[in-house]
Amino acid sequence: MEIMEHYLYTKEHEWINIEDNIGTVGITDYAQNALGDITYVELPQVDQEVEQFEQFVSVESVKAASDIFCPMSGRVMEVNTKLEDQPGSINKDCYDKGWIAKIEIKDADEAAHLMSAEDYRNYLESLGQ
Amino acid sequence: MNPYITNTEFEVQQMLDTIGVKSIDELFADIKPQHHPRSFNLPLGMSEYEVLRRLTGLSLRNNVYLTPFIGGGYYDHYVPSAVGMLIGRGEFYTAYTPYQPECAQGTLQALFEFQSHMCALTGMEVSNASLYDGGTALYEAMMMAIRITGKDKIVMDGGVSPIYRKIIKTYTHHLHYQFEEIPVVHGQSSRPEVNKHLDKNTAAVILQNPNFFGAMDDFTDIIEKAHAVGALAIVSVYPISLGVLKTPADMGADIVTGEGQSLGLPLNFGGPYLGFMCAKKQYVRKMPGRIVGQTKDAQGRRCFVNTLQAREQHIRREKATSNICTNVSLCALQATIFLSLIGKGGLKEMAQLNLDKAEYAKQCLAKVKGVEVKRSSPTFNEFTLHLPKDASEVVERMIEKGFAAGFPLGRYYKGMEKYLLVAVTEKRTKEEIDRYVGALQEVLA
Amino acid sequence: MQLIFERSVQGRRGFRFGDSDVPTKAQVPLKYARQEDAPLPEVSELDAVRHYTHLSQLNFSIDTHFYPLGSCTMKYNPKFTESIARLAGFADLHPLLPQLAGGEKLTQGALEVLYELEQWMCEMTGFKAFTLQPLAGAHGELTGLMLMAAYHKTKGNTKKRYVIIPDSAHGTNPASAAIAGYQTVAIPSNKNGGMDLEALKAAVNDEVAGLMMTIPSTYGVFESNIEEIARLIHSVDGIMYYDGANLNAMLGRCRPGDLGFDVMHINTHKTFTTPHGGGGPGAGPVGVNAKLEKFLPISRVIKRSGGTFTLNYDYPDSIGYVASFYGNFALLVRAYAYMLMLGQEGLIETSHHAVLNANYLMTKLKKHYKLCFDRLCMHESVFSASRQAARGVHAIDIAKFLIDQQIHPPTVYFPISVSEAMMIEPTETESKQTMDHFVEKMIEADELSKTNPSIFKEFPKTMPISRPDEVKAARDVKISYFLPDAD
Repeated sequence: MEIMEHYLYTKEHEWINIEDNIGTVGITDYAQNALGDITYVELPQVDQEVEQFEQFVSVESVKAASDIFCPMSGRVMEVNTKLEDQPGSINKDCYDKGWIAKIEIKDADEAAHLMSAEDYRNYLESLGQ
Repeated sequence: MNPYITNTEFEVQQMLDTIGVKSIDELFADIKPQHHPRSFNLPLGMSEYEVLRRLTGLSLRNNVYLTPFIGGGYYDHYVPSAVGMLIGRGEFYTAYTPYQPECAQGTLQALFEFQSHMCALTGMEVSNASLYDGGTALYEAMMMAIRITGKDKIVMDGGVSPIYRKIIKTYTHHLHYQFEEIPVVHGQSSRPEVNKHLDKNTAAVILQNPNFFGAMDDFTDIIEKAHAVGALAIVSVYPISLGVLKTPADMGADIVTGEGQSLGLPLNFGGPYLGFMCAKKQYVRKMPGRIVGQTKDAQGRRCFVNTLQAREQHIRREKATSNICTNVSLCALQATIFLSLIGKGGLKEMAQLNLDKAEYAKQCLAKVKGVEVKRSSPTFNEFTLHLPKDASEVVERMIEKGFAAGFPLGRYYKGMEKYLLVAVTEKRTKEEIDRYVGALQEVLA
Repeated sequence: MQLIFERSVQGRRGFRFGDSDVPTKAQVPLKYARQEDAPLPEVSELDAVRHYTHLSQLNFSIDTHFYPLGSCTMKYNPKFTESIARLAGFADLHPLLPQLAGGEKLTQGALEVLYELEQWMCEMTGFKAFTLQPLAGAHGELTGLMLMAAYHKTKGNTKKRYVIIPDSAHGTNPASAAIAGYQTVAIPSNKNGGMDLEALKAAVNDEVAGLMMTIPSTYGVFESNIEEIARLIHSVDGIMYYDGANLNAMLGRCRPGDLGFDVMHINTHKTFTTPHGGGGPGAGPVGVNAKLEKFLPISRVIKRSGGTFTLNYDYPDSIGYVASFYGNFALLVRAYAYMLMLGQEGLIETSHHAVLNANYLMTKLKKHYKLCFDRLCMHESVFSASRQAARGVHAIDIAKFLIDQQIHPPTVYFPISVSEAMMIEPTETESKQTMDHFVEKMIEADELSKTNPSIFKEFPKTMPISRPDEVKAARDVKISYFLPDAD
């Protein structure tokens, strides 16, 4: 499983990459692999306010539907509208072209509730991966 | 003995030996004596011809020989013989939900054709593979609008079938939605009243065309108002009328539902019927029920599968768009075959026949002393009469004369005890209509 | 194969209406009129008959193939019930007739069918009253849950928020509970396939509105702790809901009403063999004990002292209309005909042979496939293709192999709590020979998974199509002939 070193992770297999108080959010390689070919992404509304670990996106594959939780609180600044036509980008490139939304982070301290790359790697191992 | 059990006593013994038990009773060892039935007192079985005799006898105690002028959303239309013969094929009716597409292309393609037929009729972009009936389909549409808009107020036009409204009331009384029922004025939607109740909290306005009183309408203006406040428009339609009436798509409707009984299904004393639901494509993933989609197999051949299943209960469980598990495939197949036989020209012709015969009946009835035909707006194949006495009593007297004369509106509307809803389909002949008029004259005399 | 739309030839007709015999020609005012004709196909009757006959031949069905689809009870549908449902006195009967003044005398036969069927169902299940209105099993579930909600409302049980459901339950259970306004709590199963009692005890509190349970469970196991479960739920004034999906294993052996349940639904297409129709229509009658009777939907069919039947709408505590009329009558009358023919003895034999056949198949297969619960089963058993999956051959691959052998596959990937699940239900109507043939083919699949696992991806090879691209179907939404193709 690919893991990005400087990103932060949740137990539900979302990632967030923070740059200048803006967090780009997506799902991890583990998550995309578990879901299989993604067929649809229901994106959040721009300007929507979300709480940390609140469900804000749902992702569908042929045989599954999965809720995606926002790793940190904030306002949705931008969504990856390319996913509307090419949901498969998440399968192909979950950490870059398959990003889902950008969040204007409300409280940087919330990062303390997330896992580092190393923690996440250990967490995956504990799940038997 | 149960005649449908194939195995003989000898085979049963072989099977018990293989399992390693002495008797069938041993297989039920988990069910302890305290679980045994306190009673199981049922009659003895009968032969096939005894059952046929008994049930044929019961069927003859139903009167299907009155000349029907009764509708109320369920009509005596002609069903071409080929429809019944084809749906009687065991390959269709003894199959189940097409879980394995490679051995269910017959059902899947037929449902894809059904969806296409419904889109052709309504002018909408997408359709599901059917729902239980027209009433529950309207309820599902309402819930869909609530999910899409995130709002909880419903503006319900009084022209919507009172039966449908009662169903919706049952399903929602424990949930906290705000309902505004807008009574019709002169048998038609009241624009000022409907518009007054459309506001930013409104999830949907629910309309019906033709309405329960038979009146046709063009809801374009109401739908524009609804869209202006961010609400959706749901229109329930009578499919046969769409041979000649403006489509809900042309009015701008977002979700369209209806009762498909008129499309080749017998009246069956209330069911099974055929609910359908169409929508704008942008809402397809919020639709309830099964949907069949076109795709390709590994060799690139066109084929059909159940699709967008992530909406459904077997995947989403408590988060599903609906608890609906199955559709009414066989009824959808009936409608598909019916519409294929009738075809483009036939549907228009059929609708025109309904219109002409109803218009003729209306003109003749208007001449009956004491009868007033409510004609505030044009009607399709059903219309409302105002009688000089209680419509229930008149209907009872008309039964003696061999007619199911219509549906007394007092059954569902307080204050409308003298109103009678009369339906005239393509099957009614001039002679039947003339006799009906004569009989009514006698009853009212 | 072509679509009916692609067979269309301009001007062709499949049906002709007679000329109008009335002198009136009506015109729809322009603002109400359709602008363009509906783009329906134009075919002859023969075109249509061939088209739909050919389509039918692309299906596997009970009439043509062994169909051991677990949980769906694909047993033979007797032909005589079709003749009965098509009798003009039933098929042509307008549902509003009995609602007319003096109209009930026009429908005495149909009302008697409904009344008698309710009586049979009460006696078979140990309940006090039935409604035949729900239009399918899931619709019955929703009706039952609304009765539960009405009960709690009347009793002032304002705290009730949760419905408990075992993890093996069908997806409709949690979905129905959610639509009825409840949250769900899932309870895991124990190692014997029963409910984990400790987990249940921990979950039961004042906020529990009720519990939904299928017996025998989806694993084909009878719940031996049922008295204790009912006692726990009733101790907090919860309602016990019996999902009748598997009633076909219990006829004459036990009754849900005697086991402590308060409400249930019946899937007529399972136990009482009304046709599955390619996926509906169904019927989902709901039975209740005295606790819930007053909340039943209206109308209700009653028998007068003089022996005539009528509809009664006067039940002030009723939840109201759940359907437009009296249920899916044409299916109910088929179920009634089936019961009349079988009678007490025949119905009991139904369950006996369903359980015998299931155990026979299970015994013969368990040497080759991993059995989830190694004990006697009821009407069905659940295997896992985990051993084959370790060789790269999954449950779905075995399913596709079976299709090439002209056998409809078992239910795969359900229950979701079992990995590589294969759920097998032969039903009582199948012969030993048919089951032996199935076992042979299953053994062949196991052998092939050892010798040539990669070949499975090519199955099925003998059908008109190979495996469809489901990802494409979900991404490029083409669900009507009139939508543009994606490529």
